[in-house]
Amino acid sequence: MIEFLHSNLSYILSGISVGGQFALIAIGYTMVYGILRLINFAHGDVFMCAGLMMVYLSASMPMMMAIPLVLILTVALGFIIERVAYKPLRSAPRMSVMISAIGVSYLLQNAALYFTGGLAKVYPEIPWLSKTITIWDASTKVVTVVTPILTIVLVVLLSLLIKYTKIGMAMRAVSKDFETSELMGIKIDRVISVTFIIGSFLAAVGSMLYFTNYASVAPTSGGMPGLKCFVAAVFGGIGSIPGAVIGAFIIGICENIIKGGSSIFGIGGSGWTTFSDAFTFALLIIILVVKPTGLFGEKATDKV
Amino acid sequence: MGKKNKTELWIALVAIALVYIVVIILEQTMSPGNILFTVLKKGAIYSLVAVSMNLLNGFTGLFSLGQAGFMLIGAYTYAILTMPVAVKLSDQVYKYYDCIIHFDTGILVGLICAGIAAAVFAALIGLPVLRLKSDYLAIATLGFAEIIRAIFQWNTLGPVTNGANVMREYKDLTSVVIPIINVRIPPTLFVFIVAGLCIAFIVLLINSSYGRAFKAIRDDEIAAEAMGINLFRHKQMSFVISSFFAGISGALLAMFQYTVVASQFKSAMTYEILLIVVIGGIGSISGSCIASFLYIALSEWWLRGLDMGKFLGIDAPGIFRSGFRRFIFSIIIMVIVLFFSRGLMGDKELSFRWLAKKLRRKRSGEAAAKGGGPNA
Amino acid sequence: MPENVLRLEDVTMQFGGVVAVNNLSLEVNRGEIVALIGPNGAGKTTAFNCVTGVYEPTNGIIRFNEEQIVANHPRGKMKKLYNGENAKKYVGSKTISPTPDEITKLGIARTFQNIRLWKSMTVFDNVLTAKHMRARHNVFSATLRISYAEEKRMREETEALLAEQNLLQYAGDLAVSLPYGLQRRLEIARALATDPALLLLDEPAAGMNPQETQDLGQFIVQIKDKYNLTVFMIEHHMDLVMQFSDRIYVIDFGKLICEGTPDVVQADPRVINAYLGVG
Repeated sequence: MIEFLHSNLSYILSGISVGGQFALIAIGYTMVYGILRLINFAHGDVFMCAGLMMVYLSASMPMMMAIPLVLILTVALGFIIERVAYKPLRSAPRMSVMISAIGVSYLLQNAALYFTGGLAKVYPEIPWLSKTITIWDASTKVVTVVTPILTIVLVVLLSLLIKYTKIGMAMRAVSKDFETSELMGIKIDRVISVTFIIGSFLAAVGSMLYFTNYASVAPTSGGMPGLKCFVAAVFGGIGSIPGAVIGAFIIGICENIIKGGSSIFGIGGSGWTTFSDAFTFALLIIILVVKPTGLFGEKATDKV
Repeated sequence: MGKKNKTELWIALVAIALVYIVVIILEQTMSPGNILFTVLKKGAIYSLVAVSMNLLNGFTGLFSLGQAGFMLIGAYTYAILTMPVAVKLSDQVYKYYDCIIHFDTGILVGLICAGIAAAVFAALIGLPVLRLKSDYLAIATLGFAEIIRAIFQWNTLGPVTNGANVMREYKDLTSVVIPIINVRIPPTLFVFIVAGLCIAFIVLLINSSYGRAFKAIRDDEIAAEAMGINLFRHKQMSFVISSFFAGISGALLAMFQYTVVASQFKSAMTYEILLIVVIGGIGSISGSCIASFLYIALSEWWLRGLDMGKFLGIDAPGIFRSGFRRFIFSIIIMVIVLFFSRGLMGDKELSFRWLAKKLRRKRSGEAAAKGGGPNA
Repeated sequence: MPENVLRLEDVTMQFGGVVAVNNLSLEVNRGEIVALIGPNGAGKTTAFNCVTGVYEPTNGIIRFNEEQIVANHPRGKMKKLYNGENAKKYVGSKTISPTPDEITKLGIARTFQNIRLWKSMTVFDNVLTAKHMRARHNVFSATLRISYAEEKRMREETEALLAEQNLLQYAGDLAVSLPYGLQRRLEIARALATDPALLLLDEPAAGMNPQETQDLGQFIVQIKDKYNLTVFMIEHHMDLVMQFSDRIYVIDFGKLICEGTPDVVQADPRVINAYLGVG
């Protein structure tokens, strides 16, 4: 066991790190789904856009200015998407909103494709995060170690916000019962906007950590992580923030072990790289069949 | 069926026959390299896959996003089956693997097997997935399409699928020959015939008792179940049939492209098809067809200049560069989704009665606008 | 000895800690109109949902024509923990939990408390689609019009049914465009199209005025005789219940508190208490 840990440490470490980055994105999915019952297909692309903004902004200004600006712009992007593409459809059937989300995703991808010329851009080095360190014979970047810690800190802050502030309380109320909360005088639009703002903010932080690790951003780099994070959210029980975080860590770790770990039980290793993506969805189908509500989800029944 | 409906039906049949005659004439008179044929062929292929998606999303109310995956299965099944044995054994296509399939089939068998392969996969995947609620279904089918793509690119399956490498040298549209009498069918006509037959089947299905059961499930699952409609069986039926035709359209796409590679069947392709369905109107077969041709004509022909530096005589290579066309496209699509969410046709079908009604409403609308001035 | 069409034996339905139906036993005999009444939230619709397969009861057995159609017990499929009354009685018996369509196929049809017609379909198609279940065709013969005769038969039967319910003039209209009362009637017509032996009506007179209610009562008697039906209904309109039902079951908090003919029930102090509160 120890030997296994030792020989696979770098994969496990990067798994934990990727898991943390996924967690930050997954929260955006789970919160939006909790409140609007909408799979925000565009969330992964918001994450990608945050990466691209960093590429362009850091080229023209110092890092210390670029980072906060990226955060602000990503938040603005998330806010605008909600206002333009989802708010007008609030009373429309759910399928229309989902289609709108797919449309936004398509738009963001094509916009990115146009502005980048379809090429992957090199992600700038964020000075301290990109440094290489060595832990137990495995060399890795600082970001690998920082990610899980930062993730946990942010999740704790978010939980406190949801538990103790007025807007957090409103969020919980809306996710429990949309119509009633509206009748009770909760400003639904504000709650939804705040949800998108928080989600986009976390996605922006996630993008900085994620792309520092991967070193390049392409217009399509949002799609896969986006879907995986949604799976993580479903796995943990959609609507539940701790669930999303745990789901994301599980997916991140498993995926990295499959990708690079030496064979465990005869599977894993280089031949299975193709399947690291597929694994996530196999996991999704399994969890949905075995426990459709996810690990921490609540059961909802239709009234007849 | 009323007399009025019967005349409508005849008019529609005549109109469809006319379309085919025009296709035949065009193909005899114009050079085959004309861009029009690209649009017609690709448009017909996309019509088929859009209609098959509409059967699920529009008529059964299942929000499925697996279409690209089923097309991939169809395309590969077709390519593998119809590639001549000699090519398979040489290293023309299978450079890094030894192909283990030592037989080849004709085009028709290839097409049907393409559909069946997709349908079999659909039946298998449907077992767990179709019991899910709508939005989970969307993600699960999208995920499934990704898994399929990964499997087809997998090294271990290389001797069958050629790994992540391009498939080519299989029977394409130029080699369609009617057996026995040895008459060559022109490519565009062939695509139109296959797609037309498939769409006709779907139209008949939708207007049959089963089609009504699908719509009942879409409108109210609980009521449908209470009236004796087995939800799972009917959903699976719709899913399998839709996938069968997605498989065939995948095979047609492979024929049309001469080469096919797994990496082209990304989720973006499914999104594209979904957006075509939305533009045409969810729940309208003719809408899906019109939107497909429109979409393909715009992207392959009319708006090509947006990517090439020159559009409508305006020369601006700085703006009109690669990718601008799709960017403009996605903006148009968003506008349609947000402001014209019923699409071109809503859930109605194109017919002369429909056209007449539209015209009348337009005229009366104009009259009302003129007459209603003082009151307003 | 009257012949049972429907019999519930110790049926219990528990949602988490809430016992919505508590050891309910009742019988409905062939040719009867039986009403199930009780204050709001007494568990009437839940009982219906247990019969029609929407819910899987926690405990108890439901028989239709003496045959077990629904059976569950504490160690059943859902492994619900149930330790209430009669928990031991059914241990070891097989779990039977059919889906609603299977129940309908057996010959039990229902209507809904909040009308559930298929919104995008015409009146005609609403009834026609309910005939789908009993049609003898498969997806290919239906699609390729090989079973054209079957389709024609279904259409003729639908037309006859609509004519009988005085709905034929609306055949081409969207179901949702009908006035409320007619929508209720259409829902009954749709249920009849499935060829039931037992008809479950969930508040058929909800939202109707006294005259309409009276008409509805006569209508129910009429279709009952015509189609050899047995009718089991939930209703709040006491006029309808007292005038047209043969027997009445009264439940409160999921428990049966009284049963008998309308006269007996009307006089029972427990019923008055349940409705008016303990005085």
